[in-house]
Amino acid sequence: MLRYLINRLLQGVIVMIVLFTLTFFLVKALPGSPFKTEKAIPEHIQARMNAYYGLDQPLPVQFAKRATNILKGDFGSSLRLEGREVTEIIGQAFPVSLQLGLVAITLAIFVGVPLGVIAAWKKNSILDYSTMAIAMTGICLPSFVIGPILADRFGQKWEILPAMGWSNLNPLFWILPSITLGLGSAAYLSRLTRAGMLDTLSQDFVRTARAKGVSQKNILIRHCLRGGLTPAVAYIGPAFAGIISGSLVIESVFALPGLGTHFIKAIETGDEPVLTGIVLLFGILIILANFATDILGYWLNPRLRS
Amino acid sequence: MSAITANAPVAVEKGASLWGDAAHRLIKNRAATISLFVLAIIFVACLVLPFFPSLIPDPNIQDLPGKNSPPSAAHPFGTDHLGRDIFSRVLYGGRITIAVGLITTSVSVTLGVLWGAIAGYVRGYVDDFMMRIVDILYALPFLVIVILLGKTIEPWTTTLTDDTVGLIVGQGASVIAENKTRTWVEPITTLVPLFLAIGALSWLTVSRIVRAQVRNVASQDFVEASRSLGLGHFTILFKHILPNSLGPIIVYTTLTIPGIMLFEATLSFLGLGVKAPNSSWGILISEGADRMSANFWLLFFPSLFFAATLFALNFLGDGLRDALDPKSSKD
Amino acid sequence: MIRSFYLFALILVLSACQKETLVEKANRDGIFLIGNSAEPKSLDHQMVTGVPESKIIGAIFEGLVADHPSDDAATPPGAAASWTHNEDLTEWTFKLQPDGRWSDGAPVTAHDFVFSYHRMLSPALAAPYVEMLYFIDQAAEFNREQITDFEKVGVKALDDFTLLIKLKEPVPFLPSLTRHYTWFPVPRHIVLQFGEMTDRFTSWSKTGNIVGNGPFRLTEWRFHDVIEVERNPHYWDAKNVGLNGIRFYPIENPYTEARAYRAGQLHTTYMLPPDLIKDVRKNEKESLRQEPYVGTTFVRLNTTRPGLSDPRVRQAFSLTINRADYCNYITEGYEPTKSFTPKMGSYLADPVLEFNPEKARQLLADAGYPGGKDFPRYSILISKASARAGAEALQAMWREHLGILIDIESKDWGSYITAQQTLDFDMASAGWIGDYLDPTTFLNMWTKGNGNNNTGWSNEKFEQLLSQAAQQADPDERFRIMKEAEAILLNEQPILPISWYVRNYLLRPEVKGWHPLLLDNHPWKNISLDAN
Repeated sequence: MLRYLINRLLQGVIVMIVLFTLTFFLVKALPGSPFKTEKAIPEHIQARMNAYYGLDQPLPVQFAKRATNILKGDFGSSLRLEGREVTEIIGQAFPVSLQLGLVAITLAIFVGVPLGVIAAWKKNSILDYSTMAIAMTGICLPSFVIGPILADRFGQKWEILPAMGWSNLNPLFWILPSITLGLGSAAYLSRLTRAGMLDTLSQDFVRTARAKGVSQKNILIRHCLRGGLTPAVAYIGPAFAGIISGSLVIESVFALPGLGTHFIKAIETGDEPVLTGIVLLFGILIILANFATDILGYWLNPRLRS
Repeated sequence: MSAITANAPVAVEKGASLWGDAAHRLIKNRAATISLFVLAIIFVACLVLPFFPSLIPDPNIQDLPGKNSPPSAAHPFGTDHLGRDIFSRVLYGGRITIAVGLITTSVSVTLGVLWGAIAGYVRGYVDDFMMRIVDILYALPFLVIVILLGKTIEPWTTTLTDDTVGLIVGQGASVIAENKTRTWVEPITTLVPLFLAIGALSWLTVSRIVRAQVRNVASQDFVEASRSLGLGHFTILFKHILPNSLGPIIVYTTLTIPGIMLFEATLSFLGLGVKAPNSSWGILISEGADRMSANFWLLFFPSLFFAATLFALNFLGDGLRDALDPKSSKD
Repeated sequence: MIRSFYLFALILVLSACQKETLVEKANRDGIFLIGNSAEPKSLDHQMVTGVPESKIIGAIFEGLVADHPSDDAATPPGAAASWTHNEDLTEWTFKLQPDGRWSDGAPVTAHDFVFSYHRMLSPALAAPYVEMLYFIDQAAEFNREQITDFEKVGVKALDDFTLLIKLKEPVPFLPSLTRHYTWFPVPRHIVLQFGEMTDRFTSWSKTGNIVGNGPFRLTEWRFHDVIEVERNPHYWDAKNVGLNGIRFYPIENPYTEARAYRAGQLHTTYMLPPDLIKDVRKNEKESLRQEPYVGTTFVRLNTTRPGLSDPRVRQAFSLTINRADYCNYITEGYEPTKSFTPKMGSYLADPVLEFNPEKARQLLADAGYPGGKDFPRYSILISKASARAGAEALQAMWREHLGILIDIESKDWGSYITAQQTLDFDMASAGWIGDYLDPTTFLNMWTKGNGNNNTGWSNEKFEQLLSQAAQQADPDERFRIMKEAEAILLNEQPILPISWYVRNYLLRPEVKGWHPLLLDNHPWKNISLDAN
């Protein structure tokens, strides 16, 4: 177990290094400069700005400097929101994205998995077909179609829920964005759960249990769930990654002040410190999510513990 | 007891191949067959019809006085905020989205198959190393890197477009002719970075699957037999092993396409992929979503086509998976 | 456990359905909710140049002269209670409000103003909008480091509450000019707490540190989320402030903003996309506002390029723009131009622009390009997706009437600006919003070497007339001279004016004290909400 952990840790570090290098050089190659605004900036002032941010140094020098700074914990300041530290910006945006992601994935699990179990239980019934049809819709209707429609109906037309914006405290703001974001994952989870449950249900030990007189409900929950959930659990890691990238769209549709918004702005303006910070953060999150998924998978299925 | 008379014909069971069985099962799956038809219609419409300008109006022609008009005889899907015909924009947009899906999938599947096959066949340190790389790339935030990559390559595409147009049209051509060529060259060349960026990162799952398959097949006796017959590695891999692994490859290819199309549409929606005035389903949906309360048809038709294509591909993929699964019974 | 989770979720959802909209609650609280388009770069008004920033800055700070709620030309007292000037309008003396206070209670003195102008004009600060202060005597020289002693620059504190401003030339509209945020004071005692006078982007302007002399003070700033200000009790005119607070929401996508407004989340929007105008007119007419705004859209030409260097060619392009159609279909509600500078007070240049394809074709032929033959292949530069429709319309017009095909090239904002500044373009789709209500803000930029000219064009007679007008104290004569100058501009056409801006936006009927203004600077202290 320990060897496995160390192995994964090492791998994680390598990923982060690759990620950082890739991001740095890609961003440096981006067109656009963060310093342009509507009115002309005199040249002598421009030169000062470039010197101030160290943008006139050769690339390898900039790279080394950034790398050492990051290891010290200094992520630098944004080039677009001048004077603002990257840590401050990410510090504001991260809780929003985190909250959104957690609510979305909780929704996905608590809606998707039960639906899948029910569909497996009542296989080939109307219930099965309809839940799977809904699931398919969730997979095939992208979030950027559903989101605006929900915002339009529930927000603009019926004025029941806010059409945009976020509040860490007021749950009203969480509903539409997290439903839109979690729908795709819920759909996938329900299909995977159904498949996994059906697989487990067809095993011999189930036949034995049934012969012994165990109720269908108990068979499902006590005997099959653990094994049946394996494919679904394996998906949670990628689901999390999907939610991270999905949040880019959701934050755009609902104007949420999360990491996705900052990311898109940083791309448009070539704001390298912010980009690096966000990309590294995403990288860490995905690594952690995959890690957690692996652990969960091992716990659920002892046969995988080699 | 019955007796077999000498004159009764002996019932010979017709030999059935794996593919024949699979095709048979597939046809019986109604959802999959319907999907196949739907896909055929959409693909033909989007890929072929634009070559007949008499049938489909130019998607970029503006009819400003007629802007934002609902579906009518002249414009079956209505017009957008610049008076452009939505029907042709949906078809042209589909061409781009589908092209990205197909081309990128082929690139990524080819990459994945090669990578996975070599890793699965050679095994040992090489396998370890190759799969480590896959693991590392897998952990990268995909969308984020693609966006970065795409944006970085952007300036090169303008040069690429100019050079290609120049090459096709030749020196001293008339301005009008050059512009005509540019209209169809530009969407393709500006999308190249997109193809590359997406393809460069989406081959990972395929490689894992192929590797697993190849390992399975490679451990079977007939492979050892081939080796002892003196067949080269290359021949064995490509002529014997891969054809036997085709099942999952086909299934995942079919299921990768919608994923990639969704990806392209997401990028275009965010304004980071295909750019206006070129249409892609993502752009059309984004323009439609904004104006939904005023002109719902702007959102309805592109979404309909897009969702239908995704549905069909998914059902087809499921059907293929069921059809090719050797565990299924013969009847 | 699972069951209780679902129960909890159900309760949450049921209680979630709103009883009243956010706007209704804000009405009761006296908080104004406004869509403000973009995340502000900073609230240090000497470091910014954008309109969204100016809205917030106008709540936290106040200039010598205040904005009037309904009259663009009026000059009510602001930080200055009264002012006088000498005979030739080159020296102005401002008497500051005796009760003028910063939001931490410290008095606002003339020394603060001198410090502020010193800071802004210091080359080390690299203030992007510093040219607004060049009206001051020796200011340009100090900023360009031609002189180094700030004592020589024309601002003096005669005593704690008296400020003297000496100008390079007579400026009859100086009081109006000081309404622009580049002329606002910064709190010297706060700025120096967080760094040197010329340190850029220090923490002085962040939440918790920033101190202003305006009707409100900053309480919260969350990026891409909201900026919140509340009533400033130390403001000299606090008793006349109608609101308890303001929330600025930086919503970039105008469609999202419109959705938010109609979902009851905002009192007013920054803009309204033309597509939605018809729908709004049908469903909530009382919210729709369409008001003239002091700005012009135009096409900037690079007059150093072959073909475009000939004024006949430029006129031909201008004569084939159907401005009426353009405004009707592309920029809904905008007014087609007949000259460049929008109407300001009694100033309006002679209407010369017209749509005349016949004449255009003749001019083009005279210039050596009959029927568009042999004309070089040029492109028009745009930066925003929203400008593409207009560019495509122009492209179609020129192709039809002149036989010339112009390509469309799109660049991101930064590259778009750079291309024009370095004359690395052929044509560019552009716009200009006036900074203050005097024609000079539209005409001065076309002088040689001005950072906002970027056409390669200059004209001696034009500049002569402008400096003549600058010396002229009589306002009518001054306008006459400037009209003559503008006539030259319109004859030479280094730029092709197309339309005058009209602001389309949404405003809830319960907002009081908000009137149409050309500069769109609605003084926050005069706004109130009718909670009924």
